[in-house]
Amino acid sequence: MKRHTARTLLAAGGTVTAAALLLTGCGSGFSGGGTSSSGAGDLTSSKKALTVMIGSSGDAETKAVQDAVAAWSKESGTKASVVAATDLAQQLSQGFAASTPPDVFYLSTDQIAGYASNGSLKAYGDMLKNKDDFYPSLVKNFTVDGKFYCAPKDFSTLQLIINTDLWTKAGLTDADIPTTWDQLASVAKKLTTGTTKGLVFGGEYARIGAFMAQAGGRLVSADGKKAEANSDANVEALTYVQQHLKDGTFAYAKDVGAGWGGEAFGKQLGAMTIEGNWITGGLQSDFPNVKYKVAELPAGPKGKGTLQFTNCWGMAADSPNQKAALDLIEYLTTAKQQLAFSKAFGPMPSVQSAADTWKSDNSALVPFLTGADYAQGVPTTKGSADVVTDFNSQLEGLKTGDPKAILESVQSNLEAIVK
Amino acid sequence: MTSTVDTAGKRASAPSPGGSRSRGIHRGEGAAGWLFVLPVILILGIFLLIPVLMALWVSFSDWSGRGSPLAPGVKFIGLDNYAQITTGGGLQERDFGTALRNNAWYVVLVVPLQTALSLFLAVLVSRRILRARGFFRTAFYFPSVTSSVAITVLWLFLFSFAGPVNGIIQGLGGTGHNWFNDPRGIIHVALGKVGIANGPDWMVHNTFLGISWWEWWAGPSVAMCALILLAVFTTSGTFMLLFIAALQNIGYELTEAGLMDGANGWQRFWRITLPQLRPTLFTVITLGLIGCWQVFDQIYTGTKGGPAKTTVTPAYLSYTSAFQNQDWGMGAAIAFILFVIIIAFTIFQRWALRDRPVSKRRIRAYQPKGVRS
Repeated sequence: MKRHTARTLLAAGGTVTAAALLLTGCGSGFSGGGTSSSGAGDLTSSKKALTVMIGSSGDAETKAVQDAVAAWSKESGTKASVVAATDLAQQLSQGFAASTPPDVFYLSTDQIAGYASNGSLKAYGDMLKNKDDFYPSLVKNFTVDGKFYCAPKDFSTLQLIINTDLWTKAGLTDADIPTTWDQLASVAKKLTTGTTKGLVFGGEYARIGAFMAQAGGRLVSADGKKAEANSDANVEALTYVQQHLKDGTFAYAKDVGAGWGGEAFGKQLGAMTIEGNWITGGLQSDFPNVKYKVAELPAGPKGKGTLQFTNCWGMAADSPNQKAALDLIEYLTTAKQQLAFSKAFGPMPSVQSAADTWKSDNSALVPFLTGADYAQGVPTTKGSADVVTDFNSQLEGLKTGDPKAILESVQSNLEAIVK
Repeated sequence: MTSTVDTAGKRASAPSPGGSRSRGIHRGEGAAGWLFVLPVILILGIFLLIPVLMALWVSFSDWSGRGSPLAPGVKFIGLDNYAQITTGGGLQERDFGTALRNNAWYVVLVVPLQTALSLFLAVLVSRRILRARGFFRTAFYFPSVTSSVAITVLWLFLFSFAGPVNGIIQGLGGTGHNWFNDPRGIIHVALGKVGIANGPDWMVHNTFLGISWWEWWAGPSVAMCALILLAVFTTSGTFMLLFIAALQNIGYELTEAGLMDGANGWQRFWRITLPQLRPTLFTVITLGLIGCWQVFDQIYTGTKGGPAKTTVTPAYLSYTSAFQNQDWGMGAAIAFILFVIIIAFTIFQRWALRDRPVSKRRIRAYQPKGVRS
């Protein structure tokens, strides 16, 4: 009996030691829930170096950000390094869970609500010196529960891209550039020949949403408080798209065997497409011989409308040196620096003071910037990314589906998250 | 490990009736034993036990992904996370139902196909008369050692709209498919061919996990079928290896005896070889089931759940809800439901493949005619 007890004790001792070792081993990783408050107000300050995490589109972008951060570092005397993430969402989540997030990072509109709700983000927007320079619609994109969280990094709107060779071959001139839905339908019909469709775009909310905007509809009301996916305007937009998917003048990129609108456009599977300014880079590298022209999307029943896409410079609530981070972000969002980024890898500046220079430097791309005046953002409520994914999966079957039924299901999904 | 320590302890105490462990040449053996197993306990504990227990805790908590899940602010919320995906009635429940539907079809097709194919290949390359056996074994095994990401990329290319697979189909006079963009379930497609476009009312209006029974019976989508082929292609080589090893362990005597009794090749395989492979069959099916329910990398690198969510699997859904939507509790809950499903399947097939006495019907079949009583 005694022996048995001794052995048990020893066993228990071993386990306890093991557990203790484990706990001390893990301890450093899971310590603390953050020291600073996530509300507006005081910023943390220390001598610690900054880490900037970006989801880079390629070497050009990585190098441009590295150079800019290095220049700031030299000027301010605070050390800073740039990390190009392979999977930004995952690496950020890891950082937040371990309470050692990067200080400054790229943040997309569909992620901001999730991180804001768990207190990972510092809402620093109102402290920016250049706050009033950002386009108001972009500021709205990054405002959650009345707090302006982060500085818009850059943006683009969707516009109509036209293949000029196919355009002239179909006997069309500049005067024919469509300004209404009817005109769009008629030029698409003229441009549809053989394997080339008139208008090809991705079969997803992020493209078809532009038609919804032109019809005067949106998924979530402008103040973000009400779901209005099943509005008559949205039904009208989807019905219009459906009608022309059926008559074969519009097509989804996937249905013509392309990954996205730009690829379909480059391969001349579509004479027109709806994309943002990122298409210019893709066309330049993959299809340098395709000549194109950017025009504003035609106006719908309720006038002009488009969607805009943007990212911001997020700041971590757990960052030990927020003062320096704010300074860095102000530096990176100045008109001068954004124009330099634009030259290096093509994004469109998010500040109004850079507009004129950008327009004269990129005269062919002006419609993208003009769109900022009437563009609407994509929903940012927590959980809306899921709803949009579900919407997209239903839009894939729009050709044979029932627009009203699709929008009703989106409405019920949205009502569950928009309160 | 434990038994070794136990016997050591007994032996140590034998010469010292007083019960004191401090004397004799065996003293301290217990401690030494613990010292030897400590590295394994530590490694398994840090990398297996503690993460699993923490994930279990997360699935019952409202942890939001910031700071430690064990921090004081994180609350226990019971089965809320589980309820949201199984009875919530919202998008999450439908997503989970869809993921289970997709993965169930994947399992139903992949496991039998890969088991049959690997057994077939193993029998083929074990034949004595086959020349260049080494070459064939290597060739069949090759897909298994190639990274699944590389094979997925290859698959995306092969099954693309203008890819080689469609080229071959068109060359044979068929029409190509838009493989990875076709969300239609193959059973629905087949039923559509014979004129049934809509299911009976009871199937359309009754739902399970937010998905109507008609949708449950849609079958794997065309896109999922391409992934099913991929899985069969990559895994059958691995399992072929297991079967080859098992086949080499089977003596030739029984086969020879069967030959003498006049059994033909087919009978020898079904009645003599296959029954002896049962332990290996169990291993292969178990590994196949586990692998199939956990399918993730092909989805993550290939389809991202599309088209129309028909390749979303529970493992991928768990990842997206945690890392992209910051619903960590729900992601963990999905993972644990998946765990229960895998365990249940394994127990079931253990039962199905158990050793059974030969049935009377079977015995009668072996008896010469006229002896029946």
